[in-house]
Amino acid sequence: MLAEKYRNQIDATLAKYPADQKRSAVMPLLYIAQSEYGHITRDAMQEVADILGLEPTQVASVVGFYTLYHDHAAGKHYIQICNDLPCALRGADKFAADLCAKFGVKLGETTADGMFTIEGVMCLAACDKAPMFQLQNTEGIKYYESQTVESAAAVMEELRAKTDQ
Amino acid sequence: MEHIVLRHRDIPGIDKLDVYIANGGFEAYKKVVTSMKPEEVIDVVKASGLRGRGGAGFPTGVKWSFLTKNRPAYYVVCNSDESEPGTFKDREIMEKNPFQFLEGLMIAAYAARAAVAYNYMRGEFWTLARELDKKIAEVKARGFLGKNILGSGYSLELYTHLGAGAYICGEESALLESLEGKLGQPRLKPPFPADKGLYQMPTVVNNTETLTNVPMILARGAEWYKAIGTPTSAGSKVMCLSGHVNKPGNYEAPLGITFRELIYGEQYGGGIPGGKKLKGILPSGASAPILPATEAILDTPMDYESVAKAGSQLGSASVILLDETVDMAWAALKMIRFFKHESCGKCTPCREGTYWMLHVLDRINDGQAVAADVELLGNVANQMVGKCLCPLGEFSVSPVLSSLKNFRADYEAHLKDSKKPAAKPAAKPAAIPAAKQTEIAAGD
Ligand SMILES: Cc1cc2nc3c(=O)[nH]c(=O)nc-3n(C[C@H](O)[C@H](O)[C@H](O)COP(=O)(O)O)c2cc1C
Ligand code: SF4
Ligand code: FES
Repeated sequence: MLAEKYRNQIDATLAKYPADQKRSAVMPLLYIAQSEYGHITRDAMQEVADILGLEPTQVASVVGFYTLYHDHAAGKHYIQICNDLPCALRGADKFAADLCAKFGVKLGETTADGMFTIEGVMCLAACDKAPMFQLQNTEGIKYYESQTVESAAAVMEELRAKTDQ
Repeated sequence: MEHIVLRHRDIPGIDKLDVYIANGGFEAYKKVVTSMKPEEVIDVVKASGLRGRGGAGFPTGVKWSFLTKNRPAYYVVCNSDESEPGTFKDREIMEKNPFQFLEGLMIAAYAARAAVAYNYMRGEFWTLARELDKKIAEVKARGFLGKNILGSGYSLELYTHLGAGAYICGEESALLESLEGKLGQPRLKPPFPADKGLYQMPTVVNNTETLTNVPMILARGAEWYKAIGTPTSAGSKVMCLSGHVNKPGNYEAPLGITFRELIYGEQYGGGIPGGKKLKGILPSGASAPILPATEAILDTPMDYESVAKAGSQLGSASVILLDETVDMAWAALKMIRFFKHESCGKCTPCREGTYWMLHVLDRINDGQAVAADVELLGNVANQMVGKCLCPLGEFSVSPVLSSLKNFRADYEAHLKDSKKPAAKPAAKPAAIPAAKQTEIAAGD
């Protein structure tokens, strides 16, 4: 249960907002839930709702609105390649296609071993260092900038070696 | 020019608190908190001519003076959502010159009589938020945050808050909704945040770069700041250069520098790769009209008034460059894809309009369209103008209308019937089937 396991972190989060505005903590708590369970399960939504005194549907609508929350299982690591206009002008579409080909998937798909979901995403505020991608997993979000297919594949192979099947 | 915002480029190690303090850091804050009244701080910022760097260019001191008086609580919220395509300045500021940014936010909080200030950061800045939390703790350990700061009686807490991937949360009222734990959808205005903002209390919302200017203004005075830039667009601006340019990156320059200097100057962009010709300039990401790269446009000064007069907006100065090889119908498709994805779905013209523009642009780019489709595209865009609840919907038509106006041949080259005379314009987009509507409402 999140409430016990993450008591300190949850208390510290709640302390950031006025006592009568607990709802503000819904997004930080959803991040905690997502790191714990890999994605945000129905049960997790209920847990967050209970902690904050919200309806589970209110929590579910927040999960549905924001793209960094995932309500179903996919790859253990999201490889989110920016293919918005500025990056595309600097080769991001080809980078994305070549990286996908190397891992035998199409953009938006998950590799057969369930390790990676490779997606195209909108501008990540790193347009001067295209091609780039962000890695999202249970540890958080990290940027990898000025990439080549080789450098990105090396990052991914290293992740694969470190991650349990 | 000496850097005002990107000061880490002049002072190595300024991201360390000791180095920042050794270079005059927090002197302005100490002076403000211990010897100035909030109104006096506001007067200095007003006199400096500083205008908002988040897009709209609203005078910062004037905004602060609008706060409704005698309310039980006040808030300052920094807008670090930075999601406009082509914008990557606030991230550099928070990563490389974090204490000056925090000091600016803290001075704003004092001026607004806020006991709590939040920095709302886009969720993708996850790692950066962790770093900033540590820096805030360091500042607190020096006694600049907390209760009764420097014996002044003023108390302030500072927190970061992460969004979770939604461009619309950069719009200030959607940002406040999001910070309250709700869907990031814009509020109807009025009331404005200065009257009813976060938790219905008077709130100042300012951009990261705007606030980072503030400590230097308080330290050196309004006159010093006002002397930089142009009479109506004071100070320096961080210009983000991306796309087809030799040296993409952030460049801080006085407002009023010409596009030509910024794009071709050796200390700035250094020209177009391969010596190619420049075709179009997007001065403010995807959210303002594309300018054709004519000689007159290249000589236009980059200040709020001049870029508006030239037919676009300076906005956040996220300058995306498109060389002669770029097909503008493709560029418009990329941008509409962005707006369709980011439309929050609250109002119909934007939700359905972005869907239809994308649909038609896809058809054009796939070579499946006829001349009437180009007319249809323009009609859909024109029908949205003035009907959207928030500026996102209004922004979304500008890539389409400006590319149709300046680069129509790029569209016509895709048409199946490109040899034939243009067909009669279709008056209205066909009704959207019900099934499609739910799909659109659900977003993607
Ligand atoms: C769709 C949309 C997106 C916006 N995104 C941002 C953003 O990412 N960062 C920002 O500072 N302002 C953004 N703005 C402008 C804010 O609404 C607001 O004007 C600004 O934060 C005010 O700060 P300033 O006066 O310091 O510029 C956006 C506005 C709209 C309509
Ligand atoms: S214009 Fe678009 S983004 Fe703005 S409120 Fe309407 S649907 Fe939402
Ligand atoms: S367009 Fe890719 S990071 Fe901005």
